[in-house]
Amino acid sequence: MTRRRGAPAELAVNPIACQAHGMCIELLPELITADPWGYPLIAPGPVPAELLPLARRAVGACPTMALLLSSRGPDLVTAPDAG
Amino acid sequence: MSAADAPPAARLLAPLARPDLAGHLSAYGPPPFGPAGSADHEALIAAVEESGLTGRGGGGFPAGRKMRAVAAAGRRAGPLRSPAGTVLIANGGESEPASAKDALLLSRAPHLVLDGIVLAARAVGATRAYLCVHGDPAPLRAAVTSRERAGLNRVPIQVAAVPAGYVASQETALISFLNGAGAVPSFVPPRPAERGLHRRPTLVLNVETLANIALIARRGPAWFRGVGTAAEPGSVLVTVGGAVAAPGVYEVALGTPIGAVLEQAGGPAEPPQAVLAGGYFGGWLPLPGAGSLPLSARSLRAAGAALGPGVLVVLPAASCPLAETARVASYLAGQSAGQCGPCTQGLPALAQALGQVAFGQPGPEVLRWTRDLLALVRGRGACHLPDGAAGLVASTLQAFAADLRHHAEHGPCGRAARPPVLPLPRPPGSGS
Repeated sequence: MTRRRGAPAELAVNPIACQAHGMCIELLPELITADPWGYPLIAPGPVPAELLPLARRAVGACPTMALLLSSRGPDLVTAPDAG
Repeated sequence: MSAADAPPAARLLAPLARPDLAGHLSAYGPPPFGPAGSADHEALIAAVEESGLTGRGGGGFPAGRKMRAVAAAGRRAGPLRSPAGTVLIANGGESEPASAKDALLLSRAPHLVLDGIVLAARAVGATRAYLCVHGDPAPLRAAVTSRERAGLNRVPIQVAAVPAGYVASQETALISFLNGAGAVPSFVPPRPAERGLHRRPTLVLNVETLANIALIARRGPAWFRGVGTAAEPGSVLVTVGGAVAAPGVYEVALGTPIGAVLEQAGGPAEPPQAVLAGGYFGGWLPLPGAGSLPLSARSLRAAGAALGPGVLVVLPAASCPLAETARVASYLAGQSAGQCGPCTQGLPALAQALGQVAFGQPGPEVLRWTRDLLALVRGRGACHLPDGAAGLVASTLQAFAADLRHHAEHGPCGRAARPPVLPLPRPPGSGS
């Protein structure tokens, strides 16, 4: 999960690791809301610069290290069934 | 009948006098192996790229590009780390209940698949290969042994029986299974092409894709492009099911109109209303209107369905599309590996909501909740199970709006009680 300097950072969730502790929802309600089951819904697009410190704090606060901040957010899901 | 008398699209399923190694070699000749590490390996990757072959397992990714990525990752990873080399996984897991083409190909032309495995493995620097199948691996193990005696397995091939389950043959699930863990998807990165089985760059290709590679290696990319369309060349194996006179697996040129494919399967057995294209990650297209649509990934995607692993299921007018899809949605919910919350929670909720739509009298709040759930599960799993289930339900709501209104006003229609047309495996524990 490396981030290129200057590339826009995006938040993403590792859905396997996420256990719906809700820390990120508490810490960054500007970008993260809860779904009906308590799992985080992330606002799409890059994290605004003024929210980056809070985003880093939310990443650090996740007890299962499921919240990721990277330059390739939307790219994380696996390819479809093997072609 | 000799292969020459077969219709032009019969390539992978060209009739053989005998399906064993001797019959295979007399029909196709030996696989063209160059010396190890020779320019032939790069030439095969280039030929596959030039052929335009795409993955036949449902993903549709260009096969040559995938090979090139793994070959390059293998060179980057270097030979010094042990074990050296890259890995090839041939995916014959075929977990789509409406698909039967991989099993048929493996029984009709096992040596075409095995040729493709060895040729592709050598081209990308793989030092070992795995053939993953459902069901009894014994016939394929015997086929591998017969090739060893003939000196045709330049790369060792191990046949592995993967457990049943819709997500078990997903690319990362296969790698997890062969690594000795459960057959459940994992969350990438790294992608398998960078670091997969045994932490080595891993090429995962469907068995039909590999059989095509075996023919491209012998006959070249121009030959491969001799059927199909310019954008999507070649032939494709299609499993045609539902209300057709002769359900089965057919090999057709990409771009063949859907109506002509259904005619190959004997045509509709009773008045049709729609065809499910792409299997349970696909979508519904109305019949007879969709009969003129070319069978290609591009045209089906544009129409709101998919080519997927080559699946067409004809739904008769006498069946209730909402009840049919509700049963499949329940099945898909049961296939969740239970790893990702939005899938574990959302798919059963979606199946239940669609069940109310199909078998109850859905008020506007049920329909709204069903649509909300589509957005709540899409893109929120480690694999594409939630996306596929949501896509199928969305396609159902769109294609059968009139049925939705009828159910909302009058409750379940009489057709909902008809026996299911969309095939589902028996639940575990009910015997196999």
